[in-house]
Amino acid sequence: MLSLNNVEVIYNDVILVLKGMSMEVPQGKIVGLLGSNGAGKSTTLKAISGLLKPENGEVTDGNIQFDGQEIHNRDAADIVRLGIMQVMEGRRVFEHLTVEENLAAGGYTRRDSSNLGRDVEMVYDYFPRLKERRRQTAGYLSGGEQQMLAIGRALMARPKLMMLDEPSLGLAPLLVREIFNIIKRINQEQGATILLVEQNANLTLSVADYAYIMENGRIVLDGYPEDLRQNADVREFYLGLTEVGQRKSYRDVKHYKRRKRWLS
Amino acid sequence: MELFIQLTLTGLTNGAILSLAALGFVLIYKSSDVINFAQGEFLLVGAYITYALIVQFGLAWPLGMALTLAAAVGVGVLVERFVLRPMIGEPIISVIMVTIGLSSLLRAIVSTIWGTLPRSFPAFIPSQPVRILGATVGADRLWAIAIAVIMLGLFTVFFRRSREGIAMRAVADDQQAALSMGISVKKIFAWAWSIAAATAAIAGALVANIVGVSGELSGFGLHVFPVVILGGLDSIPGAIIGGVIIGLLQTYTGGYIGQGLNQVIPFVVLILILMIRPYGLFGQEIIERV
Repeated sequence: MLSLNNVEVIYNDVILVLKGMSMEVPQGKIVGLLGSNGAGKSTTLKAISGLLKPENGEVTDGNIQFDGQEIHNRDAADIVRLGIMQVMEGRRVFEHLTVEENLAAGGYTRRDSSNLGRDVEMVYDYFPRLKERRRQTAGYLSGGEQQMLAIGRALMARPKLMMLDEPSLGLAPLLVREIFNIIKRINQEQGATILLVEQNANLTLSVADYAYIMENGRIVLDGYPEDLRQNADVREFYLGLTEVGQRKSYRDVKHYKRRKRWLS
Repeated sequence: MELFIQLTLTGLTNGAILSLAALGFVLIYKSSDVINFAQGEFLLVGAYITYALIVQFGLAWPLGMALTLAAAVGVGVLVERFVLRPMIGEPIISVIMVTIGLSSLLRAIVSTIWGTLPRSFPAFIPSQPVRILGATVGADRLWAIAIAVIMLGLFTVFFRRSREGIAMRAVADDQQAALSMGISVKKIFAWAWSIAAATAAIAGALVANIVGVSGELSGFGLHVFPVVILGGLDSIPGAIIGGVIIGLLQTYTGGYIGQGLNQVIPFVVLILILMIRPYGLFGQEIIERV
């Protein structure tokens, strides 16, 4: 459904952030994109959703295809109309608007305005807590409620592909669980394809059908979650598990070597 | 008592017109964070276009007003496209300087076409005197209040209910998030500038109908600043209430204390408000979750 081929992104004409990024997101699946800070995960999402321009970024090489159309460097509004919706990092709800108005803003591109009311009910169905707070100013919601609102708002556009940028950021572990379960439900019940960007590797591998791992602007590893869980590098660097009983000094050397191979 | 009612009605008229002019100012500030120093000149241009259409070309006034509105929307779109859009991404102070330049430009264009002499405006709105509670006011002033109230009501509904209105407020809150919803920020800015020009044009026509057209009208626009500072730069109800308060304050001081002082009082209020409540009566405080 979505494919990135060798995408290169440059900010301010000099800073090379994505260095030949390739990945596939098949229809109806949940795909995880993991990586540490500054690996280029958010930039990848912005390249897809057309939000690079306001930050002076540009796709300079490679291409991004969605349903057979090339979408790189197109206007953000066009891309939303094609059915790609991004839930930005840090929630970014419209603080001075009420919950209901936030949802209305999410449905801005919809042509069938008569169905909007029904979809608002659908969002409340997934997030009953939003219904209780429908007339409240979004800025005063709790962090978890804001994240729910951000996801609900994106859902209002009835996207074919929903991209979530770190939905677990700054939330309590229980809430994170709840939100991930709802993401899974949205994927199954609405048939929305989901691209999930996360730092929380364990959780992501538990919901995703397939996952990619990014370092330094490109994919270094990809595979099915069960395979990735077995991978020694993933276990050590992303899941925080180490093999017991090995001599420490020897492992440190190995550690260095592994890192080195990944960065090259 | 008669004097009081007389002054109140006059004040309400001025206030209603000020509110209309301030509404456009607030809109531009809300959606794009730009302080539009050319708002007074929008009023001036609106007044002269109405004058040209109704007096010089002799059109019927409803038609003249409709064409004025269309022209104002055109001016707004042009300004947004050719003056403001190239400034996107520049520091906000540069954009503000550009609006100051724009104000000089508009004033110069007006005086090139129509000259600098004040002209009387044959009243196109019926102005026979009406007696209310013993005081006498021109019907045109009552019309001005009615028109302003209707316009302000329409805009309030527009911002609360309509898709474009909510989108405008969304852009004001978080431009990038609005972009990610598929809201075209450029389009919203064009909307904001044309609505601002249109409301200013209506305000300009209403003032001109009462006091005649001259370059002085842009000075009326200067009173928009005390209004928006008092009401809060980004609040629409604030613009309305601020307008009424400043309008009343002006006529009361003019009537009870002395002419001349009424020109000063709005700016005294401006300084006081800036010292006590810099975000105004209804301005948005920054929401902080604790």
